[in-house]
Amino acid sequence: MNYSFHWRPVFQVMPEMLAGCLVTVEIAALSTVIGVAIGVALALGRTGGNRAAAAFALAWIEFGRNTPGLFQIYLVYFGLGSFGLHLNSYAALTAGIAFNNASYLAETFRGGLRAIPSTQTRAARSLGMSAPLAFRLIMLPQLFRIVYYPMVNQMILSVLMTALGLTVGLDTDLAGVTQHFNVLTYRTFEYFSVAAALYYLIAKAMMLTSRVVAWRLFRY
Amino acid sequence: MFNASVSFHDVLFMLRGAGVTLLLTFWAVVGGTTLGVLFGLLRASAPGWPSFALGAVLDVFRSVPLLIQIILVNAFAPILGFDVSAFTIACIVLAVYGAAYCTEIVRASVLAVPQPTRRAARSLGLTWADDLTAIVFPIALRVGLPGWIGLALGLMKDSALVLWIGVIELLRSSQIVVTRTQQPLLVLGIAGAIYFLISFPIARAGAWFERRWQDQ
Repeated sequence: MNYSFHWRPVFQVMPEMLAGCLVTVEIAALSTVIGVAIGVALALGRTGGNRAAAAFALAWIEFGRNTPGLFQIYLVYFGLGSFGLHLNSYAALTAGIAFNNASYLAETFRGGLRAIPSTQTRAARSLGMSAPLAFRLIMLPQLFRIVYYPMVNQMILSVLMTALGLTVGLDTDLAGVTQHFNVLTYRTFEYFSVAAALYYLIAKAMMLTSRVVAWRLFRY
Repeated sequence: MFNASVSFHDVLFMLRGAGVTLLLTFWAVVGGTTLGVLFGLLRASAPGWPSFALGAVLDVFRSVPLLIQIILVNAFAPILGFDVSAFTIACIVLAVYGAAYCTEIVRASVLAVPQPTRRAARSLGLTWADDLTAIVFPIALRVGLPGWIGLALGLMKDSALVLWIGVIELLRSSQIVVTRTQQPLLVLGIAGAIYFLISFPIARAGAWFERRWQDQ
């Protein structure tokens, strides 16, 4: 092995890479929030009485779960141009991950909704709450408690998915910043191993935070 | 919008890409399952800290983006002096990535077999190997198969990421066709349909197995 590792250039751009971490977390959080909102709607659509809504939700879920996430990002980035909709790579990546998140979360939420006893809704309704009010005050809080850990899992998967921003030319997130400096020096191994370590730390920090939050939120 | 200058040969080219995707998936699943069963049994039977250490190492592969892993191995192989093709690197990375997930599936399935059942088998005179093949395997299979099918499909979808190191699989081949024909929506639609046709029947079969075995 006659390769000399050069770590100094990597540590010189550490501030930029850490700023990239923030963008990565931002995209992951944004796409999770959007994904959760759409996911709840899809889960309700699938279980509700409206046939058209159920078909639409089923199509979204099956399409989202049976094609690669990278393909979905490509479809948003390259495909939507045919409709005259040109998103930049940040928006395309966020939308692509949110689309993917929504389809997986919808199935999680459907399972969660089934786990809530139907007597809860009936009790709420018989106390005079309207259906939307009962859903918001009685069902939703219980749902989020049940699906909390799968949801956190999906958010961590979203963090890992943001690295796909590379393929649509995003250069502000961690992977993008790393690639930007990589092509200046071609110290590929050095740059990307530091990036890998940072991704690992982000994932672990998120896991730890979620535990603490759960401990604060879910105690009686 | 759909005035198709996408020719039959373009579709054929994409189907050849789909073949590469399937080949990648095959090696990733074979390698990942072999390693995963080995590590999973080790994790289920090894005491305390060796099991924990193995789990922690494998957890790294699940906490770092696959694309970064692919780039890293692709950069590291020449440093070590290996002259391997991008396809081989892709297979290795996907297999190890798959093994990290498969290990947990196998571990959970093996631990789901009740301990008294296994003790009864041993006390009836079955050897350790007999117990593993005749008692643990059939019971653990029912617990683990749905998750394993999900993993195999996940690997199939994740194999798209290897386009970054120059393997021309389904998504990359459709990108090449897009560059030539400038029909992104149509071409990506065909690619999506191919992915869906591979994945959907298997996913449905997995769900069917899961339901059937839960009823019993």
